[in-house]
Amino acid sequence: MMQFMLLFSRQGKLRLQKWYVAHPDKLKKKITRELITTVLARKPKMCSFLEWKDVKIVYKRYASLYFCCAMEQEDNELLTLELIHRYVELLDKYFGSVCELDIIFNFEKAYFILDELVLGGELQETSKKNVLKAIAAQDLLQEDETVDAALREVGLL
Amino acid sequence: MAYPMYEVDWSVLPPEQNRRFNPAFNIATIKQVVNEAIERVAPVSVRMPTPTRLRDLIRQIRAARTAAEERSVVNKECAYIRSTFREEDSVWRCRNIAKLLYIHMLGYPAHFGQLECLKLIASPRFTDKRVGYLGAMLLLDERQDVHLLITNCLKNDLNSNTQFVVGLALCTLGAIASPEMARDLASEVERLIKSPNAYIKKKAALCAFRIIRRVPDLMEMFLPATRSLLTEKNHGVLITGVTLITEMCENSPDTLNHFKKIVPNLVRILKNLILAGYSPEHDVSGVSDPFLQVKILRLLRILGKNDAEASEAMNDILAQVATNTETSKNVGNTILYETVLSIMDIKSESSLRVLAINILGRFLLNNDKNIRYVALNTLLRTVHVDTSAVQRHRTTILECLKDPDVSIRRRAMELSFALINGQNIRSMMKELLTFLERSDAEFKAHCSSAMVLAAERYAPSNKWHLDTLFRVLLKAGNYLRDDTVSSTLQIVSVAAPERQAYAAMRLWTSLERSAVSGDATEKQPLVQVAAWTIGEYGDLLVSEASNAISMVDEDGVDDFVRPSEEYVIDVYQKLLWSTQLSINTKEYLLLSLAKLSTRFTTQPSQDKIRVIIDTFGSHIHIELQQRGVELSQLYRNYAHLRPALLERMPAMEAAGGAPALDEPEPEPQPAHTADHVADALLDLIIGSDSLTNGDIEHNPQAPPSNNNTSSNDILDLLSGLDLSGAAPASLLNNNVSAPPASQPQPQPQAMLLDGLFASPAVTAPPTQELASVTALDKNGLLVVFLVSRAAAGAELTMRATSTAPHTLTDFLFQAAVPRTFQLDMMSPSGTVLPPQGEITQVLKITNPSRTALRLRIRVSYNVEGSPVLEQAEVNNFPPELFY
Repeated sequence: MMQFMLLFSRQGKLRLQKWYVAHPDKLKKKITRELITTVLARKPKMCSFLEWKDVKIVYKRYASLYFCCAMEQEDNELLTLELIHRYVELLDKYFGSVCELDIIFNFEKAYFILDELVLGGELQETSKKNVLKAIAAQDLLQEDETVDAALREVGLL
Repeated sequence: MAYPMYEVDWSVLPPEQNRRFNPAFNIATIKQVVNEAIERVAPVSVRMPTPTRLRDLIRQIRAARTAAEERSVVNKECAYIRSTFREEDSVWRCRNIAKLLYIHMLGYPAHFGQLECLKLIASPRFTDKRVGYLGAMLLLDERQDVHLLITNCLKNDLNSNTQFVVGLALCTLGAIASPEMARDLASEVERLIKSPNAYIKKKAALCAFRIIRRVPDLMEMFLPATRSLLTEKNHGVLITGVTLITEMCENSPDTLNHFKKIVPNLVRILKNLILAGYSPEHDVSGVSDPFLQVKILRLLRILGKNDAEASEAMNDILAQVATNTETSKNVGNTILYETVLSIMDIKSESSLRVLAINILGRFLLNNDKNIRYVALNTLLRTVHVDTSAVQRHRTTILECLKDPDVSIRRRAMELSFALINGQNIRSMMKELLTFLERSDAEFKAHCSSAMVLAAERYAPSNKWHLDTLFRVLLKAGNYLRDDTVSSTLQIVSVAAPERQAYAAMRLWTSLERSAVSGDATEKQPLVQVAAWTIGEYGDLLVSEASNAISMVDEDGVDDFVRPSEEYVIDVYQKLLWSTQLSINTKEYLLLSLAKLSTRFTTQPSQDKIRVIIDTFGSHIHIELQQRGVELSQLYRNYAHLRPALLERMPAMEAAGGAPALDEPEPEPQPAHTADHVADALLDLIIGSDSLTNGDIEHNPQAPPSNNNTSSNDILDLLSGLDLSGAAPASLLNNNVSAPPASQPQPQPQAMLLDGLFASPAVTAPPTQELASVTALDKNGLLVVFLVSRAAAGAELTMRATSTAPHTLTDFLFQAAVPRTFQLDMMSPSGTVLPPQGEITQVLKITNPSRTALRLRIRVSYNVEGSPVLEQAEVNNFPPELFY
């Protein structure tokens, strides 16, 4: 099971955090800080795994962003890399060649996509198409509401 | 201004739904209309000015050039958001929460948004719910009481007609479910698992997985609905179903048996995945749904473990996966890795095992670091199953010790230790010594103690053993664990005389070298061992008679130069004068020097020793001063006692399995095994009322235990290990906190004796007490605490003994104390408890508040494959434990 996932930039700025275990805020911040420093200090040629406290950190850098997952000992590290890649592919499809700015300005969308891919720390959908379909349908639902409200507001409904 | 909202790949939507590119119905235009409309209406209904949009806030924050500037932007916005929350204004709540979530990610407090999230969740609008649930997942967790308020909203939404609302609720439940919430909502989740809608079904299955994780008792109710998940076609449902079943099987052996019958189903699903042609939906670089494959392989491993029949049923498919998987990409290796783990864990055919080990061999040679890492990891897990197969890769593994990547080095180190045996110990140790020398600080402690253990277990000869220990001392430096010093001293003390001379000479070479090069500070354990050994066997060091002993070491080098007595003392002086050495090390050196006064014969060296000892009479550190004064008395009024007092220590007994603590069985009177120095001392004071040191005479049931080492370092000076041979040291020990002997005394004649044998009733520190407290006595497992006081608090030694007929494996002892205490647990002596066996573990507890100690313990172990968990609370510690 995934315990948490962090996205951060090369400058060490947190871009996304998803926790599947309950920790006090203070501890979360401490873990985040320590982990960002540790991962950023590693050289690019090193392997993507890091035994850190009682979890296994699997991380991968995509352009300026680090995707970093904390897995339990029993989990398959290589598969976690595939999972990260799958998430990146989804972001890419959704935003259209995604960049860090997309995730900064639309962080809630990045969360929504992650929530359609992973639930409670485990993968819930292995088809990219299904994830994107679910996201698009929910976006549509939101837009319908906006249109609805707008029409109501101007007295057309 | 018009930053594109997003570039959705609309191709996933059917064309009739694709309204975005319909010019007549452009969302951007509509949004503009809405915004204008709201801004027109707003001043009437809302008193607040239009809030900053999320996008603008992010821009403002990013534009901040300094941290202070950023803080001021955030503070201003937070103050504004708080005020809108007070206004009960609902128009902008969604936007404000979104902004708050961004601010939260930057590390600012955002707890005041928790209740607003709940309000959003309760709103009928999907947009509100979506952001509200997102906020709830980020801002709430089970530690906040507020989170219980969400239960009702969740319950409503789990019954919604819109699948996406149900989806949001399930997702939130999966992320932040507390045990209470899990209990309240389990039945809803169970109902949703049976839903015909795959979107809801898969989410409900994972929710059930989380619920079982949190509250294992709730598993039963999910069992009926779970099995049917495997009959679905939808991969989402399949993978979540397999995940759920895996969790259930790991949860209880009964369920594991219950699910044995699904092995054929799993094999069939896996076979279909491999044999089915290309399916674009689930393909990952030519492999069909690796995520599902891995999950199934893992479940098969759990089902096939220790079960010949189930293993038989999966042999073929495992062989098929192992041979047919494409290995040029990471995804293929992912599956192979999981397959190998399964092959090694189940009762597979031997040909399959060979295949698996060969795959790992290929992995080890792979250029990809990640693959090499998993290879090492897997070899470590399989080394106990098939050592000889792993031995074949030894050279490659040793090569990995030199890898620049810490993750790989750590794995390689652990694997190397697992591969050591009687045949390869010499070459392995050589490699590991090189590794130890160059390794990072974090490895040194672990590596050196593992090396000491391996050397003890497989040493081909006594000389090799000593040589290796000395090298470890030299290379691990200060990272060496404390008990290595005492165990090394013990080995030296029981060695043959010519071996002891060899040790003294070898250690002299190292000591002299570090004294000259000035790096003795980094190698204090070495200095301590060297000081003790040279002190004991100094006569052999300088004597020509030792010339016959070969000083050729493992590498065939003989670099020993016999020192003169005076040179030895010069080196001691240099070290004792150094400001960097710890007090503990200096204590070793000072006593060793005093011992040398009876080993060395020439007058100039005697005079030098005396001068050095005298100077310590005014040392700034009270302990060393005391020692200096006492030892110089041995040159003056009590010169006749000196030879007897400083005689060579007797051979020490081995510390046994638990290096940290003595065996609690009452030993024969320690004084009997002690040497005649003790007897001489006892003779001197027989009949004296001042002999109240109970350790020897009155209390043979409580032998001195070495858990008080921190409070009486000096004790180690004489004994090294205060086992039975510690008797004279214990006597000396009582004056640790005695007033300096240089104080004016009414009876100067009695001064030395006062100093050495002061009555504990008057001057000695409170002696430690050994009490034993039974913590758990159940199913043949007895857990007892031996309680003693230590310098900084209390020290408990957990002793678990078993009278059960079976071996207990994976024995894990955990303890917790109230927050006012500090608990430091040492590593246990083992994890396997054979019948009549014993495991010990030391707990150090400091208690600044001096309150009564309460301890909660948890013991888990496996007996005959089924896990057992016991918990208990221990409150009956002696109240005087902390004073």
